[in-house]
Amino acid sequence: MSEILLEIEGLEKSFPGVHALKRVRLQVRKGEVHALMGENGAGKSTLIKVLTGIYQKNSGTIRFDGEEINARTPIEANEKGISTIYQELNLIPFQTVYENLFLGREPLSRCRRIDRQKMISETQRILNDLGVSIDVTRPLGHYSTAIQQMVAIARTVSINAKLVIMDEPTSSLDAKEVQILFRIIRQLKKQGISVIFISHKLDEIFEICDRLTILKDGEYVGDYDIREMNQLRLVSLMVGRDMAKLERSKQEYRFSNAKPIAELKNIHQGMRLHGIDLEIRQGEVVGLAGLLGSGRTEIAQILFGSTMPDDGEIFWWGEKVHIHSPSDAIRKGMGFCTEDRKTEGIIPHLSVRENITIALLPKLQSFGFIKTKEQNDIVQSYIKRLKIKTPSPEQAICNLSGGNQQKVLLARWMCMNPKLMILDEPTRGIDVGAKAEIENLIRELSKSGISVLMISSEIAELERNCDRIIVIRDGKVTGELTGVEISQDTIMETIAKNGREEVTEHD
Amino acid sequence: MTESNKNLLLSLQKYSASAMLLFFILINALLTPNFFRAGTLNNVITQICPTILCSMGMTLVISTGGIDISVGSVMAMAGVITARLMTGSGLIPAVAAAVAVSVLIGCITGFMVGKLRLQAMVVTLGLMLGLRGVAQVVCSGRDIYFNKLGDVGAQLSQWGSFKIAGCIPVQIIPIFLSVLFVWIMIEKTILGRQIQAVGDSPKSSTLAGIHSVRILMIVYGISAFFAAFAGIFQAAKVSVAAGSSLGQLAELDAIAAVVIGGTPMSGGKAHVAGTIVGALIMQVITLTCVMNNIPDQYAQVFKAAIIVIAVFIQREKTK
Repeated sequence: MSEILLEIEGLEKSFPGVHALKRVRLQVRKGEVHALMGENGAGKSTLIKVLTGIYQKNSGTIRFDGEEINARTPIEANEKGISTIYQELNLIPFQTVYENLFLGREPLSRCRRIDRQKMISETQRILNDLGVSIDVTRPLGHYSTAIQQMVAIARTVSINAKLVIMDEPTSSLDAKEVQILFRIIRQLKKQGISVIFISHKLDEIFEICDRLTILKDGEYVGDYDIREMNQLRLVSLMVGRDMAKLERSKQEYRFSNAKPIAELKNIHQGMRLHGIDLEIRQGEVVGLAGLLGSGRTEIAQILFGSTMPDDGEIFWWGEKVHIHSPSDAIRKGMGFCTEDRKTEGIIPHLSVRENITIALLPKLQSFGFIKTKEQNDIVQSYIKRLKIKTPSPEQAICNLSGGNQQKVLLARWMCMNPKLMILDEPTRGIDVGAKAEIENLIRELSKSGISVLMISSEIAELERNCDRIIVIRDGKVTGELTGVEISQDTIMETIAKNGREEVTEHD
Repeated sequence: MTESNKNLLLSLQKYSASAMLLFFILINALLTPNFFRAGTLNNVITQICPTILCSMGMTLVISTGGIDISVGSVMAMAGVITARLMTGSGLIPAVAAAVAVSVLIGCITGFMVGKLRLQAMVVTLGLMLGLRGVAQVVCSGRDIYFNKLGDVGAQLSQWGSFKIAGCIPVQIIPIFLSVLFVWIMIEKTILGRQIQAVGDSPKSSTLAGIHSVRILMIVYGISAFFAAFAGIFQAAKVSVAAGSSLGQLAELDAIAAVVIGGTPMSGGKAHVAGTIVGALIMQVITLTCVMNNIPDQYAQVFKAAIIVIAVFIQREKTK
C-alpha cells in the first residue's frame, strides 16, 4: 500500500495580484484516502484545479502513476485516471441514472444503436458493487443529492479512475447519507483507488482518512499520518489558533422578558411547513435545528419575503404584517445571508465595494447619485472591522475565498443597521479560522441588541452560539431548548426523541 | 505563462477594441485618399447617430442580461408616427407622442421580461415584427416624403441637416447627450449599479432588495426612448419616413457595437466607452468600403469577422 500514485513537487501558481501556491508538495499513495486540509484561501481548490487541468501551473512537477503529467483540460486529466466529484454535480438530472453513468460513451449494439440493455445491467452491477441499490431507469433528479453523488462516483469508477477527488462531498448530505458515502469510499480503497478528500468537518476527516496534507496561505505545512494527529493539533496547525475560543459562551437565558421582534403564527407553506409557530425576541440568538429538508430554510424564506406562505400570520414588533418581497423585509430591518452564497448571495462580477453596499444604496443617494465618499468610508470600515482579505475594495468578489465572501455578505447587512439577521448555514464551507471570526460577530450582533435567527446543520455550532434552540421536524416545531438546557446531547436527543415519537405514531 | 505576459494579455483584452479602431484608422490613413478631412468626420457623425443612440440603450439592456432586437422597428414606428402627426399637431407634440408611445412599449417589454419571465429575445422578436407592421400600417404602406408635408415637413428636414456653427452636424447633440446620460447613469447612480447587479445575478439582486421588474421596465423604456429619437433623427436626415425600411437592421449594429465594446452578453458590467468604440469600428469599416468603392456587401463580411474576433478576445475575460 506504500506505492506512490501521485507526487507533486514545488508547484507554483499565481494569479494577477495573488500568489496562490508556493512550492506546494503533495504525495498520495495507492489506495489511500488523503485529506487536503487548510483554511479557505489556503490554496486547496487552486491545487485541485491545477491537478485536474482547469488551471495551468507556473512551475513544478506533477507525477502521476509513474509518469509526469501536465493536464491542459479536465478531459485530459480524466483520461489519465483523475476524476473529480464536484460540490455541484455536473450530471443531467432529467436523464435516467444509467444514461448519466454512460454519458458520452454509450455502448453500441451490433446495428450501431445504443445498447440500453447493456447500459442498464452494467449500471446495476457497478452500483451494486458500491452497495447502492436503486432503480436505474428512473431520472437521476428523482433521487436525493446523496444518491446522485453515488452515481457520480460510480461514473468515475466505471471509467477506471485511479484517483478520485472529492471537494466537500458531504456538505449537502445528512448524517446517514455521509455514512453511505463513507462506505463507498472504503469500497474504492479496497479496489486500490486513491481518494483526495476535502472537507471542513474534522470528525469526517478522522473517520475516513489515512493521511493528510495541510496547506496554509498557499504553502505546504506538512503531511501526517492520521494516527499521529488529534483534532486540536490539526486545527492549530491549520490556523495557529487556540480551539478554546470555540466554546459555548452562553449561560442563563436572559430574554424571557424581552420584546418579541418577529412572530410567525401557524404558517403553512406547500409541502414543507405545516403550522409553524415561532417567536424571536430582541437581542437573542435563536437557532433552528433539524435535519435537512425539515423546513428550516423555508421558515427563513417566509420571514424574508422570498417565499409566500399559503396560510398563517406574521407579526413584526407586535403588528401584523405582510411581507411580499425581500425589499419589504429589508425595509423592516431584516438581513438574510442565504445558504447558497454563490447564486443567492454574491453578485459575482461586481466589486467588493459594490457588493457590500448594494442593499444600502437607496440610503446612500442624493437624487439617485451615489454618495461616493460615504460609500467608500463604509466599505473601508467594514473591510477593516470584519478583517475581509481582499487586495482592494475594487476586486471582483468572485475572486475572494468563501470565508471572505461570507464576510462581505455579513457586512452588506450589518451596514444596514438591521433589527434581525437571518443566517442560513453561515459557516458552511468556511474554514475554522474564519468560522471563529463569524461566530464572534454573531455574538457582537446580539450584544448590540440585534436578534439573530441562525440555521445550521452543525449542532456544535448551534450549541456554541444560541440562546434558544428550536427543533424543527417535518415542517413542525417539535421542541425548544433554552439557556443552560442547551448542549449537543440535548439538541440531538430532542431531534432524535421526536423521531421515535414519529415512528410510534405511524404504528 | 509569466506574470508580465499575463498582464500584457489582460491589457490587450482591455484595449482590444480601441486598438482595433486605431488599426482601422491607420489603414485608412495609408490607403484611403481624403480620409482625414472634415467631411469624413461629419459623415461619421451623421451616419453613426442612430447606431450610437440605439447602442446606448442596448448597453443597458445587455447589461441586465437581456437583449432588445425591437429597436429598429421602434425607430420606424416613431419616425412614421412623427411624420403622420406633425402636419396636424405641429412638430414638438408629434415627437413627444411618438416618444411616449415607444417608451410605453419599452416599459411593457420590461414588464414581460421581468414579471412574466418571458425571454427577452422572444418578446422583442415579436415586437420587432409587430412594430414594423404597425409602422407600415400607420404610414399606409407608403413612404412619407417630408417635402410633401408643407412647412412642418420642411422644418423637420431642416432639423436633420442643420449644422451647428455652420459646420458640425446637429446629430452630435443626441450622440453627446445619450452617451453622457448613460455614462453618468452607469458610473454614478444607484440605478446603474442595480442594473448591473440584476444582470450579473438576478437571484442575489432580488434577495438584496432590488426590484428587478422595476429596473427592467426602466431599462427597456430607456432603450425604446433612444430608439425613438434615433428613428426621428434618421427620418429627418433623409427627409422621408419609410415604415418598411427605416431602422432596418439597426438592432444588429447596436448589438454588435455593445458586444465589440466588451459588455458581456450574459449580463453584468456595462462598458459605455467600449460601446462607442464598437460603434465607431462598425462605422469606419462602412466608410472605408464606401470611400474605396468596395461594395457594401464586403463591408458586411468585414463587420461579421470583426464581431466574431471581438467576441473571441472578450471570451478570455470571463475566465
